[in-house]
Amino acid sequence: MTQKDQSMEIQKEMIAKHFTELGKAATEKHKKVVYTFVPGNLTELILSFDLLPVLPEINALQNGMRKRSGGYITDAEKSGHSEDVCTYVKCDVGMMKGGNVGPTGEPLPKPDLLLLSYTGCFVFMKWFEILQQEYNCPVVMLHIPYQSDGAPTANMQAYIVNQLREKVIPALETCSGKKFNPARLSELLALSARAEEDFVWVLESAKHKPSPIDAYFGGVYYIGPIFTFFRGTEEAVEYYRVLRKEVEERLAQQLGPVTPDGTMPKEKFRLVVEGPPNWTSFREFWKMFYDEGAVVVASSYTKVGGIYDQGFRHDPEKPLETLADYCLGCYTNLNLPSRVELLEKYIKEYDADGFVINSVKSCNSFSAGQLLILRELEKRTGRAGGFIESDLVDPRYFSASNLKNRLESYFQMLEQKREKAAL
Amino acid sequence: MSTVQTMSHPIIERCEQLYEDLSLNYVRDQTNATGRKAFGFMPVYFPREIVYASGLLPVGLMGAGDLLEIIKGDAYFQSYICHIPRSTVEMGLSGHLDCLSGMAFPAICDVIRNLSGMWKIMFPQKESIYFDVPQNFDPQIGGHYLVEELKQLAVRMSKISGKPVTHEALHAAIALYNTHREWVMKCYAQRSKKPWEVPTSELYLLMRAGLILDVQEHIEMMKAYLESVADLDRKPMDNARVVLTGSFCEQPPIGLIRSLERAGCYIVDDDWVLIHRWIKQAIPTQGDPFQNLADAYLKHSMDAPFKYQPERKGHQLKQCFIENRAAGVLFCAPSFCDPALLDRPMIQKFMEAEGIPYTSFKYAENTGQYQVIKEQAGTFSDSLKLWGEA
Ligand code: SF4
Ligand code: SF4
Repeated sequence: MTQKDQSMEIQKEMIAKHFTELGKAATEKHKKVVYTFVPGNLTELILSFDLLPVLPEINALQNGMRKRSGGYITDAEKSGHSEDVCTYVKCDVGMMKGGNVGPTGEPLPKPDLLLLSYTGCFVFMKWFEILQQEYNCPVVMLHIPYQSDGAPTANMQAYIVNQLREKVIPALETCSGKKFNPARLSELLALSARAEEDFVWVLESAKHKPSPIDAYFGGVYYIGPIFTFFRGTEEAVEYYRVLRKEVEERLAQQLGPVTPDGTMPKEKFRLVVEGPPNWTSFREFWKMFYDEGAVVVASSYTKVGGIYDQGFRHDPEKPLETLADYCLGCYTNLNLPSRVELLEKYIKEYDADGFVINSVKSCNSFSAGQLLILRELEKRTGRAGGFIESDLVDPRYFSASNLKNRLESYFQMLEQKREKAAL
Repeated sequence: MSTVQTMSHPIIERCEQLYEDLSLNYVRDQTNATGRKAFGFMPVYFPREIVYASGLLPVGLMGAGDLLEIIKGDAYFQSYICHIPRSTVEMGLSGHLDCLSGMAFPAICDVIRNLSGMWKIMFPQKESIYFDVPQNFDPQIGGHYLVEELKQLAVRMSKISGKPVTHEALHAAIALYNTHREWVMKCYAQRSKKPWEVPTSELYLLMRAGLILDVQEHIEMMKAYLESVADLDRKPMDNARVVLTGSFCEQPPIGLIRSLERAGCYIVDDDWVLIHRWIKQAIPTQGDPFQNLADAYLKHSMDAPFKYQPERKGHQLKQCFIENRAAGVLFCAPSFCDPALLDRPMIQKFMEAEGIPYTSFKYAENTGQYQVIKEQAGTFSDSLKLWGEA
């Protein structure tokens, strides 16, 4: 087994174990279950009460990868959900109406609590209102104000901490039947910070040439543990330790990223990508890049569950404040100027040849304003931007030939620019 | 099928001129004549009292409807995003909004939210404010947060106007808007009582005028309008009474509103231009005015799809249906509108459980073809009448 396989295997096992636990919770009710979202997730807090987190977005994307989302979306639309709205929601609703069998084939437990971390996306609020109506279970809202002027304020932080103290923690206490244990939370937060260090090191390895990782298509695997159920666990610390070691070795050997077809032979283009990927044809989509020798060296999608590469670490000394700061800083909670600045920084610091925006139909949170981001980035960096459109989990909006054509033309343009510059 | 009476009315003619005047000449005249600056805001709720108390003229914008050809705006938004941000950007880029010292973008969805940042990039010389209201309605939590936000807003407004927002000035503004609200309620009540006397298309234009005009002028206008319609001999028709919902942001074009009336619908309540009625009762004019505004928001604002409401979904609509003696509900939402369209299945489920008939359709503010919607509304109103008679 190669080093690469080892980190993959560790993650696979972690996920399988989690879904087995969830299956057990569905049938044997041995643990209580909290549904919540990836951006602004309070995993350490949930785990400190020995509750099991479920992330409906992850179910939706997994269903997308397993080609089940199309049917679920159609079922939800047949039951009255608009064709115009986010397909994650409809995929989830379709899955629930079809018996709530999770992406791994195991039954998913019903929520004992809906923890609505309302961070960076308006749809979250509606999504959990819909689930609340369906499950008729308790729901607790954590409202995270938007960083509209480019920085968090003391009023925002105080508001969040207040909600955590007065609403979220009491709801978790009721759900679990346990008292809040701040010392336990701090322990978990300390573990988060350790994992975050190695995670950031891995992301930043892409500054090297050739980059040993793909920070978008490969990146979605690397964010797995830290963005989902495992932040604050020993397993996550171990996963990132192993992953870092693997990447260090690749770096020492001057190897490029691993793709489904093996190691990329030659890094031809270095790109920054803005926007989520398509899940229904993930591999096909990725192939359109690596076949052309394009490596993604930085991406915004790998920041939706927290921006760690700009210095933030969970601070065990200030457990509630640090959770507030974490939530405030998730990528889609940044205003447009901050998003442009971050992407500009990536393009420059990672020495990218250009950038691609994958605009997904589902997600207004990401997509509204991306055409302005395109113009601004071109203007500020002088590097070419490509603009493509698809969807997260609705296969009707993934047109392979169209995307391929667009990307090919884009790569040709980069090539021509390079040739011109060499003259 | 019955038709609506559309007699020309001088007040409504003026309102229509204001509605069609995308260059905001009324605002320009005001600023030129008095030096008073103006501040724009998008739907739905923005505390105009604070703007007013700072000496600025609050100006509500609801897109350009079907009145403006979109040339530049489309280059900023993908095809699957609603229409109002395009026309707003188009107005901004083509100089229509030059008379405004800034814009506020209330927290109703991610499109408006992101537009606030786009505005910062596109119009860096102007103030751009995203106005985030709490989704936690506990006075000690959300209330505390909101009071602080309102105070910061007052500081930002004062910076533009050069005049501090004193408690006294804010109390006076609150009192004025209380009077305004009272007259708005009277207009709506009169329409509900005699929808043939106050046709919806007229009430709509009257309310749109209230987004532009100085509040005192608009109060006088509403008074005059109500007085005048009482003297008109408008006759009732055999129309079905319906409540319309889902159009709180991007507005249907006035032609579509008229078509719904012509299709035989008496729209006896709606959620257009919601800001005038957003706070449901008078706000106290004693004590801390910031606290009073915050309390009003937390305790006495309407339900809407952009407000967190895990329980009692649809109850406000049912209440409105009962109070207005409606026979059915029109779900009338802009295409691609997340808040309206995500809320709709939940409310419809409740309507079905309550046995309230409804029909649903979508539009865009620049919809040019009304025929399909008109036929749908006509069939619906006919069925309501039949059902009502059975
Ligand atoms: S709109 Fe975007 S961020 Fe929100 S749930 Fe859908 S995909 Fe996620
Ligand atoms: S129409 Fe709906 S989606 Fe569009 S800006 Fe308004 S509220 Fe947002």
